[in-house]
Amino acid sequence: MSDSHATETPLAVEHEHRPELRHHFADEQQQRNAASLGMWWFLGTEIMFFGGMFCAYLVYRHWYFPEFAVASRSLSLPIGTFNTTVLICSSLTVAMSVRAAQLGNRKMQVRMLLLTLVFGLSFIGIKGVEWREKYKEHHIPTFHYNVVGGDGDLVYKNAKFLGLDNLHGEALEQRKAEIQRSTQIFYSLYFALTGMHAIHMIIGVGIFIVITWMAHKGRFTPEYHTPLEIAGLYWHFVDIVWIYLFPLLYLIDRKPIS
Amino acid sequence: MADHTEHSEHVVSAGLYWLIWFLLIVGTIITALVATVDLGTYHGIDFNTVVALVIATCKASVVVLIFMHVKYTSERMTKAILLSAIFWLLLLLVLSMSDYSTRMHG
Amino acid sequence: MATVAVPMEQKNYLNAEYGIRSWLFTTDHKRIALLYLISITAMFFIGGFFALMIRLELLTPAGDLLLPDTYNKMFSMHGQVMVFFFLIPSIPAVLGNFLIPMMVGAKDLAFPRINLLSWYIYIAAAGLYIWCIATGGVDTGWTFYVPYSSLFSNSHVIEAGLAIFIAGFSSILTGLNFVVTVHRMRAPGMTWSRLPLFVWSHYATSIIMLLGTPVIAITLVLVVLERTLNLGIFDPTRGGDPVLFQHLFWFYSHPAVYIMILPSMAVVSEIIPCFSRKRIFGYNFVAMSSIAIAVIGFLVWAHHMFVAGISLYSALVFSFLTFLVAVPSAIKVFNWTATMYKGSISFSTPMLYALGFIGLFTIGGLTGVFLATLGLDVHVHDTYFVIAHFHYVMVGGAVLGFLGGMHFWWPKITGRMYPEAWGRVAAIIVFIGFNLTFFPQFVLGYLGMPRRYWDYSHMPEWQALNVLSTAGATILAVGYLLPMVYMLWSLRYGKIADNNPWQATGLEWTTSSPPTTFNFDETPVVTSEAYEYEKMPLPQEVTLER
Repeated sequence: MSDSHATETPLAVEHEHRPELRHHFADEQQQRNAASLGMWWFLGTEIMFFGGMFCAYLVYRHWYFPEFAVASRSLSLPIGTFNTTVLICSSLTVAMSVRAAQLGNRKMQVRMLLLTLVFGLSFIGIKGVEWREKYKEHHIPTFHYNVVGGDGDLVYKNAKFLGLDNLHGEALEQRKAEIQRSTQIFYSLYFALTGMHAIHMIIGVGIFIVITWMAHKGRFTPEYHTPLEIAGLYWHFVDIVWIYLFPLLYLIDRKPIS
Repeated sequence: MADHTEHSEHVVSAGLYWLIWFLLIVGTIITALVATVDLGTYHGIDFNTVVALVIATCKASVVVLIFMHVKYTSERMTKAILLSAIFWLLLLLVLSMSDYSTRMHG
Repeated sequence: MATVAVPMEQKNYLNAEYGIRSWLFTTDHKRIALLYLISITAMFFIGGFFALMIRLELLTPAGDLLLPDTYNKMFSMHGQVMVFFFLIPSIPAVLGNFLIPMMVGAKDLAFPRINLLSWYIYIAAAGLYIWCIATGGVDTGWTFYVPYSSLFSNSHVIEAGLAIFIAGFSSILTGLNFVVTVHRMRAPGMTWSRLPLFVWSHYATSIIMLLGTPVIAITLVLVVLERTLNLGIFDPTRGGDPVLFQHLFWFYSHPAVYIMILPSMAVVSEIIPCFSRKRIFGYNFVAMSSIAIAVIGFLVWAHHMFVAGISLYSALVFSFLTFLVAVPSAIKVFNWTATMYKGSISFSTPMLYALGFIGLFTIGGLTGVFLATLGLDVHVHDTYFVIAHFHYVMVGGAVLGFLGGMHFWWPKITGRMYPEAWGRVAAIIVFIGFNLTFFPQFVLGYLGMPRRYWDYSHMPEWQALNVLSTAGATILAVGYLLPMVYMLWSLRYGKIADNNPWQATGLEWTTSSPPTTFNFDETPVVTSEAYEYEKMPLPQEVTLER
């Protein structure tokens, strides 16, 4: 455990140092460590926040694997993969902007931050495109949801996989209704998870607009760039959430259907 | 007053960042491609899922270690918090599944 | 008897600045603590009002006071207000905020502005919840069980759920502040093993707040989504599982009870050594037991779900783990008792509350072990036995700790002593009123009276015990009101307190009463261990004549 700061300075610290040092901290190192620790703890809470939804996902995937698999297959693998790479690029640019701050390069900071915003907004835009596809296919729960026939059919397309071949009459209708219900649970979780992720992205973009402005104003130096650093931690975290969402949502079962 | 005693920040080389980026991109593409190949199952465990999650964990790890500087920090607390949160999440998932995996659906 | 000398000439945090803006925009942790004190007291009155309605209805077997739906609202809102808006914030947001910086030797918490933000978030949440009450309230039980809350209830589930969701952020930010403060803001020489146990307990509480609260946050979001969008994730007719909601809900709500009790234990750990004039027995064990409670507390949640349809295998696992969680609590009780052994005991008001805590918490805790036993739980689940159990720990435990702490630190917070005689009288009234209210409920539960029933006319023989319980509640109410009256009185007429009226150890007692805005004139350097009572002179304050 870290030791306390041995300091002979009285608590009313003389403030000829930079104005960013708040009065209750003994020195900037302590302030920076506190900010970093605070952000890491906050990310810990976010892990638990998303974790609750992961739990729901896990339970229902366990119960309804075939239906989850066919619903997952209805998501566009190329778009999902591409979007993942977009987010990865944004993490690179964030890391580069922090590095530029460490090296005192203001122009590079701003350039990298602007690129981050571009990638971030692209991700959100592409997500919007995906969601619109889902809307057209009637895969959004409660908005004319239907997977039995029609534009968003999952039942007839995957009849063999879902075991419909051996069913007739009443049993067949019941199974179709069941598939309708179970796939809807997948999509509910899909939209809850990607929606919550998107909200975090939007908040991240908002934060980074402010950070970019601060960088543009020259507020970040090699000695002080804490806001940029901890905002970067947040952004990377949102990226990591997506790194897990991608296989869990898009890759449940992409094996070729024999 | 260039007091560099506080300057314990490690500056990661741009080259390393590019390398990590490249690994992440490649990892993503591999994950997507491998998902389309049937890797079989073993005692009910589906290898495709395992591989996908292992790759995801590797990707997450390099983001945490390199992009988020956890590899270069002397702060034990950072690692402690991360491991605690992951452990806690696993508690939630594992103990909940201990119920669901030991009873029939519905 | 009052000494109305010139009150507090020297500058302190109360008179440093005047005006409403200096309070509403303060970043001083001590002022924020008082803002919280006023807010949670107001919510306590609201929650207490609902309790009054419940006890009035239950005076007679017939459901003749309230409509059944109204009664459902009464117990639902009593629970939600008391848990989320009173108990969970109470000690941490008031005493924790006030004391932790001083106890570690710091000028403020790590993030003073976030501290203020957490209060505003609390106010927004409380405001939304009051709006929910005013527009018709919620009737789902404090636990929001689906599918009733998500599909069938006609009450204001969304507002209540969102209010509690927002309140959760207040909790998370408070916990965040405490953890970072303890890690980063300790004064030179204040090693972990010299920290007051109050700080250890609050640290453990903060861990729970940080790791547990987000789960109920997302759960409430899912319920709100389910209700507004009619999704079906928890609807059994559409493939959903109501038990999943219970898993997610209790994953937080069980550790939440440790959020409510650990701070009270923190207070007791400070009071007992002071009024036994002895070091705490087994400091390491008491410190570690707080951490153990926090960790093990996360492993037991499904003991609320034994009859909900979880598998027998899983029920056995959770039952066993629940037995385990009693151990660290018991360790604390043993250590407090050992501290008192051969100590020089004085029965001051704080000590009376602390002793009451030990007895009542032990009863509450042991009955928890009864409930953890599968066979017994099948019979007493959802009866008044459960209600008695949790009120023994929550009121007999948490509230008594809160009252004891408020009395103990009152001179530090206000610079005034409360009237000791009245303090003792009120403590005894609280103790008597509490036991009269809730002990009959153990019997009622054992006899089979279900909880949440508005009418028990099928078993009129339960009336006697219910009447006793309501009578006790009235006495308890008097016991609660007395301190509010005499403490307010003391603000103007109470004896002026010096820096350390109890001759207690701890850095907070080295500051002035009340402290200055920045607590310490110079950073303290700590060289002594915690609770070195053998080096402290005897206090003057604990005799009645002063």
